[in-house]
Amino acid sequence: MSETSERRVGRGVFLATLAGGVSSVVWGKAVWDHVSRAVSPVESLVPLLPSGGWRIYTVSGSLPRFDEESWRLRVGGHVRKPVSLSYRELLALPKAEQVSTFHCVTGWSVDNVKWGGVRLNDVLASAQPLPSAHALEFVSAEKPYVDSLTVEQAGLHDVMLAYEMDGRPLSRAHGAPVRLVIPEMYGYKNVKWLAGVNLVPRALDGYWEELGYDRDAWVGRSNGYRT
Amino acid sequence: MRRYVRRFSRTERLLHWANAIGFFALLATGLILYLPSLAVLVGRRPLLQSLHFWSGIGWVCILVAIALLGDRRGIARLAREVDRFDRDDLRWLLGRKPAPQGRFNAGQKLNTALTAAFTVLFLVSGLLLWFGERDTRFRFAGTVVLHDGLMYVALVLLVGHLYLALIHPATRHALRGITVGTVDEEWAARHHAKWRSE
Repeated sequence: MSETSERRVGRGVFLATLAGGVSSVVWGKAVWDHVSRAVSPVESLVPLLPSGGWRIYTVSGSLPRFDEESWRLRVGGHVRKPVSLSYRELLALPKAEQVSTFHCVTGWSVDNVKWGGVRLNDVLASAQPLPSAHALEFVSAEKPYVDSLTVEQAGLHDVMLAYEMDGRPLSRAHGAPVRLVIPEMYGYKNVKWLAGVNLVPRALDGYWEELGYDRDAWVGRSNGYRT
Repeated sequence: MRRYVRRFSRTERLLHWANAIGFFALLATGLILYLPSLAVLVGRRPLLQSLHFWSGIGWVCILVAIALLGDRRGIARLAREVDRFDRDDLRWLLGRKPAPQGRFNAGQKLNTALTAAFTVLFLVSGLLLWFGERDTRFRFAGTVVLHDGLMYVALVLLVGHLYLALIHPATRHALRGITVGTVDEEWAARHHAKWRSE
């Protein structure tokens, strides 16, 4: 076989794969979002990704366990009357439902998550926040996870404490029995395994913020992202 | 009386098995991080993240060390073999016969080129994920899509590779070549005629 009839295919495949792969860190998410939206009608029949694209991020050795009898949600800090809600008392509050998209700061998203839960105002009402309370601190049962929102941020219309996801009680992996949901902000603000809400004078850095993430974690316009 | 001919050098076999062991270590730790059911079962995410990251660093370092300390001229020759496709290679890819093949057939050449590119891409996207968690300058929206996508495509390639290497009767003899280095001369003449007639 003469040299002239040989083609340098291997090198071409190697370099093209490399170029396509490296550049995809810029265009890959947009393409993937299009693909997953295009196939979303059949996704309920044939899931495109395991567990609908969720990943379970934790910061400690094990996931908190939920015991329905002993579990309490404590609301304290700058309030007139600290309260402690049992799981049953939480479920007895007016129920809110919404469908929203969940965005993780690392680049994955889950579209159309169906949440069921309670609005923050209904939880805070009986505790009667004091005028000095300008922010809320959300404390997770997964120590030392904590994060906070200003009162304005927490007052957005679709912020909720969710105890249901996609029609079922919130699973242990997703923060049972209740988690914070704020769709406008990245997932790390959506504190799982919620154990307490403290009214505080101002928002403080949470777990990931102490590691360099933005405290105001708006989707698409924080943490180095621009839209 | 069976006669055997040398197909893979020690350096080539070491590279193959270091790559295989590293890949499985990364796949195992990676799947625990990726699949919610496993993540919940195992927990200990910070530990697994470290294990996954350092397995990846160790994997690439060992591959580089084998390449540098091993038969470098042989690796250059291997790269040339994988690079060059002659007319028979293109015929082989189109399923036309006869298409006598060299030491690597066209499919093996493609698989080698892709595997090498994937190794680099796994490393780059993995490093971006690791440093992106620490510094916004390294954070790109598509990094996680790339890292996961590579895993899916690599799994498909791996399943095909394992089928041909372990199950398919006509090709599974090749496993002997990549473990002890030699293959049956008649088998080599059938599957890699151009190599044997060199």
